Amino acid sequence: MDHDFAITLDVGSSAANHTGSWRTFRPEYVRRLPPCNAACPAGEDIQGWLSFAEAGDYEAAWRALTQNNPLPAVMGRVCYHPCETACNRGAIDAAVGVNAVEHFLGDMALAKGWKFTPPGHKTCTKVLVVGAGPAGLSAAYHLALLGHAVTIKEAGPAPGGMMRFGIPKYRLPRDVLDAEVARICDLGVRIEYNQKVSDLQATMAEGGFDAAFLAVGAHIAKRAYIPAGEATKILDAVQVLASMEGEEKPLLGRRVVVYGGGNTALDVARTAKRLGAEEAIIVYRRTREKMPAHDFELEEALEEGVMLKWLSTIKHVAAGSITVEKMTLDETGFPQPTGEFETLEADSVVLALGQDVDLSLLDGVPGLEIENGVVKVGPDMMTGASGVFAGGDMAPSERTVTVAVGHGKKAARAIDAFLRGGIYTPGPKHELASFERLNSWYYGEAPQTVRPTLEIARRSSTFEEVVRGLDESTALYEARRCLSCGNCFECDNCYGVCPDNAVIKLGPGQGFKFNYDFCKGCGLCASECPCGAIAMAPEEI
Amino acid sequence: MTDSTHAQNPAPSLKYYQKGTFTVGNRLVADAERAVQSSPERSNALTSGHRACQGCGEALGARYAIDAAMRATGNDMIAVNATGCLEVFTTPYPETSWQLPWLHSLFGNAAAVATGVAAAMRVKGKKTRVIAQGGDGGTTDIGFQCLSGMFERNDDVLYICYDNEGYMNTGVQRSSATPPAARTATTPALGPEPGNVFGTGKFVPKIAVAHNIPYVATATVADLHDLERKVIKAMGIHGARYIQINVPCPLGWGAPSSDTIKLARLAVECGLYPIFEAEHGRITAARKIRRRIPVRDYLILQKRYAHLFRNGEDDPRVARLQAICDAHIADYGLLGDDEA
Repeated sequence: MDHDFAITLDVGSSAANHTGSWRTFRPEYVRRLPPCNAACPAGEDIQGWLSFAEAGDYEAAWRALTQNNPLPAVMGRVCYHPCETACNRGAIDAAVGVNAVEHFLGDMALAKGWKFTPPGHKTCTKVLVVGAGPAGLSAAYHLALLGHAVTIKEAGPAPGGMMRFGIPKYRLPRDVLDAEVARICDLGVRIEYNQKVSDLQATMAEGGFDAAFLAVGAHIAKRAYIPAGEATKILDAVQVLASMEGEEKPLLGRRVVVYGGGNTALDVARTAKRLGAEEAIIVYRRTREKMPAHDFELEEALEEGVMLKWLSTIKHVAAGSITVEKMTLDETGFPQPTGEFETLEADSVVLALGQDVDLSLLDGVPGLEIENGVVKVGPDMMTGASGVFAGGDMAPSERTVTVAVGHGKKAARAIDAFLRGGIYTPGPKHELASFERLNSWYYGEAPQTVRPTLEIARRSSTFEEVVRGLDESTALYEARRCLSCGNCFECDNCYGVCPDNAVIKLGPGQGFKFNYDFCKGCGLCASECPCGAIAMAPEEI
Repeated sequence: MTDSTHAQNPAPSLKYYQKGTFTVGNRLVADAERAVQSSPERSNALTSGHRACQGCGEALGARYAIDAAMRATGNDMIAVNATGCLEVFTTPYPETSWQLPWLHSLFGNAAAVATGVAAAMRVKGKKTRVIAQGGDGGTTDIGFQCLSGMFERNDDVLYICYDNEGYMNTGVQRSSATPPAARTATTPALGPEPGNVFGTGKFVPKIAVAHNIPYVATATVADLHDLERKVIKAMGIHGARYIQINVPCPLGWGAPSSDTIKLARLAVECGLYPIFEAEHGRITAARKIRRRIPVRDYLILQKRYAHLFRNGEDDPRVARLQAICDAHIADYGLLGDDEA
């Protein structure tokens, strides 16, 4: 090329200068595990389905949700949402109302009649599920999606287990439960009612089942010995709540005392109020802080006029009254008697002291081990007996619907692997997206939306649902409060803040990639990424 | 969903895009609400391969400002550059990072050259707009006379000062924009009064306001939406305009390259760098502090202030700097209604 006088070099763009060679650290796009997902006992990809809901694509959100949990409308009502406890947004203003959005999606799916997509192929294997509670239904759903033929044998007359016979209607309307169960049955799952399995091996041999998942729950009320006079009325919580499903409602009287401090005690007391009791008093031997019941349920119960007697044990029950002894907590937090007594009027006493598992169906199953009244299972939910898996309340764990749903899913995957002659190994987990990983500056202030609740007056006399769903605008707002912890949400920050134009935008849904020819490794993209989806890794030199 | 027996909350407004209010873009908002920088069609006025240090605030600020101006003018513009980092790292002969017509003359005459370019465009009957740009040295010290003349004549030029608070290109010497107590090569952290003096101050944006020119603004690389809005607004006005952008310098300030935007953000949030707009000699708007911090939280991240935090206790000059912040907060009304 001819140059002008005194010019020896071509004019060129600096783009020929590959400044990427300066780099000692390289940015990389990563996925980190959002704390909600890490905390979810059902293993939901909460951040994932919220990202669809944020865009207003509710069906995609529901489909992503139900990949892990077939009961969103139930879950949106009865889950104790450990996801919200773990939510990073709690450190900014208040946790994202995950449960409320799930409630909304579940209801919308029922209203619109969305169905599960049946599996493309069927296997020739048959799996027996014992018990149509949350664990059994979840396992059946996942097994059916994997192509297996599933039969559920249920001892009771209707599906749901404790969701029907333990959780009151004002928390979970039965039409919601029935609709979500029906959708699972549409996948070809057969439920046989009033079929109590008493000899597992015989049932399996008879039906030609290749594997079994046991989830019979814990329906036997624990008793405590309480001296009682004649003509006293002592009931247990399981019996009271289950009989609410029948024609004859339990007769509890005007003054009802409930003994215990769990959620079941609250359910019974709130049910008693709705049945017309003037007084429903919960007697608990420890303090409010020590109470295992969840705070919001206690709040709702207090609003409805349920009374609580802390630090008290029942010493004697007579006709029309009980004697309680005051307790005091010792330095280890354990209640100790004080010798002070008090008399309360009571027409009936309901014991809500926990439940045991009916293990009679397991008699004679070789290899199966029982410990502390529950069945021992391995990390894959398999019992000591080959091909026999167990979950839900009959396996050792926290006894909630969500945990049971998680057990069902985990067991289904393990059963599928077992039937294929392998062992189920879950994939490696991403590193946790803790709050320190985020750049919270980029999140605008947006307070949580609260679901509307039923007026107190109607809560004392009817079994109408107390907590109602969000409407679309509030659900969308709530979904958009998600911080998307650990997962890129295409905010363009990395693309904007790079002083070297070394980030390439790939287009909607495609994310970004780095142009390592020019990236100098300054780390601005990583520190200005709101959600912690970029990591800096040392460059090998 | 609701009936009269349910106490429904009023639906919260969707004006908060919970993930988008402060980010560059957001997949959920309309294109118009995204920054120019979020667009794959941005002009990248300052393209890759330039020799600025890792995490350079000035390279970032210059691309933010010029891309916005190019969008506002339909790419019909010319930039005139003073000597300084921005000139040196973008145009080592014969190479350039600039993707627009660009002119460099001397350290001190960028405003005068721009005036001449604007006059030439007018004579030729062209609508081409002119921007002059430089660092704080080329603006507040060496180029000040030409700048003041450009203001006083109300020449049709937008002058943008990228303020990194010192002569960074030549080895971090003090300028008249260097803050009090900061260590530079010419104000070492030695003696009874280490670092830069607590002088009387020379805040050029206020001097520009005193010229009664049509538009003056300060901005920061930590608030892209605000910066782009101001540049676009300035390009919609004829006459002399001045924008000063705070652009942290990892090298000169002694901070990790990944902290550039964070430092710019903290400089605003503590009140040390007031972000405001003025039109025709009157201040018209100030950007409110969102999460107020003590100036200490900003200073302690930078090695140029390390001497203030030796021996386990804060040097009394930290309190003097805090007093400057407090005065800014009061003078410019930097607190929102909640905090004021």
